[in-house]
Amino acid sequence: MSEAAPSKPQGRRFQLPEHLKAYKGVWVIVEQERGAAHSVSWELVGEARKLADKLGVEVGAVVLGAAGPDLERICGESFGYGADVVYKVTHPVLADYRTDPYARVMTDVVNTFKPEIVLLGATTLGRDLAGAIATTLATGLTADCTELDIYAENRSLAATRPTFGGTLLCTIQTLAYRPQMATVRPRVMAMPDRDETRTGQVIEVTPDLAEEDFVTKVLSFIPDSERNEAQLAFADIIVAAGKGLQKAENMSLVWDLARVLGAEVGVSRPLVQAGWVGNDRQVGQTGKTVRPTLYIAAGISGAIQHRVGMEKSDLILAINTDPNAPIFDFAHHGIVGDALKILPALTDAFSRKLSVNRLAS
Amino acid sequence: MHIVVCIKQVPDSTQIRIHPVTNTIMRQGVPAIINPYDLFSLEEALRIKDKTGARVTMLTMGPPMAEAALRKALSFGADQAVLLTDRKFAGSDTLATSYALSAAIRKLGEEEPVDMVFCGKQTVDGDTAQVGPGIATRLGLRQLTYISSVVDLDLAKREITVQRRSEGGVQVLKTALPVMITMLEGTNTIRFGTMDDLFRAARTEIRVWSKDDCVEDETKVGLKGSPTVVSKVFVPKPRAEKAKFIEAEGGEPAGVAAAAVETIFAAQPKLAAGLLARAAAGA
Ligand SMILES: Cc1cc2nc3c(=O)[nH]c(=O)nc-3n(C[C@H](O)[C@H](O)[C@H](O)COP(=O)(O)OP(=O)(O)OC[C@H]3O[C@@H](n4cnc5c(N)ncnc54)[C@H](O)[C@@H]3O)c2cc1C
Ligand SMILES: Nc1ncnc2c1ncn2[C@@H]1O[C@H](COP(=O)(O)O)[C@@H](O)[C@H]1O
Repeated sequence: MSEAAPSKPQGRRFQLPEHLKAYKGVWVIVEQERGAAHSVSWELVGEARKLADKLGVEVGAVVLGAAGPDLERICGESFGYGADVVYKVTHPVLADYRTDPYARVMTDVVNTFKPEIVLLGATTLGRDLAGAIATTLATGLTADCTELDIYAENRSLAATRPTFGGTLLCTIQTLAYRPQMATVRPRVMAMPDRDETRTGQVIEVTPDLAEEDFVTKVLSFIPDSERNEAQLAFADIIVAAGKGLQKAENMSLVWDLARVLGAEVGVSRPLVQAGWVGNDRQVGQTGKTVRPTLYIAAGISGAIQHRVGMEKSDLILAINTDPNAPIFDFAHHGIVGDALKILPALTDAFSRKLSVNRLAS
Repeated sequence: MHIVVCIKQVPDSTQIRIHPVTNTIMRQGVPAIINPYDLFSLEEALRIKDKTGARVTMLTMGPPMAEAALRKALSFGADQAVLLTDRKFAGSDTLATSYALSAAIRKLGEEEPVDMVFCGKQTVDGDTAQVGPGIATRLGLRQLTYISSVVDLDLAKREITVQRRSEGGVQVLKTALPVMITMLEGTNTIRFGTMDDLFRAARTEIRVWSKDDCVEDETKVGLKGSPTVVSKVFVPKPRAEKAKFIEAEGGEPAGVAAAAVETIFAAQPKLAAGLLARAAAGA
């Protein structure tokens, strides 16, 4: 993004040069790792559907990988979430993600089929790939968007993203270049409903690649499940703690409540810095974006860097001794009180509620 | 071995305030720091220097005041520093920035071939994570982003093995130099420079390059070379309502907690049903 003076209103009236009008359609590069698609891809297909409907064009999903049943399933899922066309790009070289072959194939596919918009997840894969292909294609790329829309005046993508640590939002456009590219973090967009009966056209692409051409080799892969990494991004309930917990020992109060609820534990950054938990549990701008049904924030002030990572939770319950803490400005419900007392009381109250019902059923 | 480390001087974002009337960023008085993510990459480069005797060159593109960031980096132990500064660079987006930086790295390579380029994972002001991959693509360097550890560096074979964070785990990758690496945060801690380095940093002359020193195609830098334009900047809309406070008679934690559970169950019936089902299943 540019740091230029933020006033270029003429952008909206900008008319696309003739030779770029051939670019049509909204694409999502579907991220798959070891046979499973990343849910951010489906969130983006849902978003692409809305953009494509505004433009009156098709949604394309690009599925890259080694041929096989997993890839077939992912193609089917792409239709289910809203794609009209699936570009199935298969080659043994594409089995595991590596920048070089993926970037080469993607730039070729974009140059061949000419989509006007290309969306990727702002994941380690998506950001790695997007930066490489946008450079080769010499086009604009807007990172970590929180809102995507179309300016009706000139059919261009309006990509809105936080800037300066979330204190401001800015809307960015790519004018005289195509495709317009953007990345979006997981859980920022809502998951669309899936229609298993939907199908569409599959366009098979078999790129001309040879393993010898690529110097980088994947020696091994250590899955997080073997490393006990927190799966915060997909948790339905998160019990989160901040500096208000005061001592590392008090974290047990958080874990107790999480256990009763089957929840994951998240934290604000100071607790990671203090070494109370690993950085895989940090929520926020420099941690994970989460979107659970219930987010219980205990002893968290609600700094903007924390807020941007969790404000899309369906229900936020904040516990803070300070009635003026910023978190109460955006939490849905609040308890003014000492987290060290409220947390065990909540653990108790939930246990009671859940066990009473168990006896009754 | 020659390593180039790209750093950016950024405003300390913890201290940025928005002007209440004009809705613009108030930069005055906000201290400038080295982008915190760049320090993890700098430290990794310095560790490689410790082991191999590599030469470490710092590179930044920015206004003349960015010299301070380079001096700071020299005081940690880097050998030389280049400041790329020109009015024509103003307004560069990531595509234009990576063009200018790669032009400078190419020129540095003419003096002494560059084996590794380190960039930060992302900046805290631009926050795009695009400049590193942009440089790698332009210079044909093997791209290694989100590296949590350099496992092995074999200078004889010019091979490097790293652990790379991916969404569901860690990839162990092996590739050949030259490479562009971005380090993951928290993988190391920037050292305190020695007294010697501190004195050397104060004495070292910072090389200042303008557009004409390295850039061939000036239509590729600055506003002209930037495909993206910022069409609007605004303050996020605050949520309309504040939190509803849950209270209980007497204010006892037990009473408040019971009320909170009822509130949550009423607001999220699906969640409540899920919890009850889980409890019934004896989980
Ligand atoms: C570049 C950058 C990136 C950052 N990224 C992140 C990020 O990703 N995630 C993140 O979380 N932060 C991030 N931060 C840090 C962020 O700015 C805040 O400093 C941090 O979120 C504050 O954490 P906290 O709310 O736990 O602590 P504090 O702000 O210290 O708040 C503690 C709160 O606890 C309350 N309290 C005290 N005692 C009790 C008690 N007994 N019971 C209940 N409440 C109590 C206090 O009233 C206070 O509101 C980032 C900062 C920067 C500069
Ligand atoms: N102006 C600049 N000068 C030197 N390095 C930069 C500059 N901008 C970005 N970088 C490098 O690219 C990385 C990623 O930046 P960004 O794409 O802005 O998130 C930074 O951490 C720096 O290492």
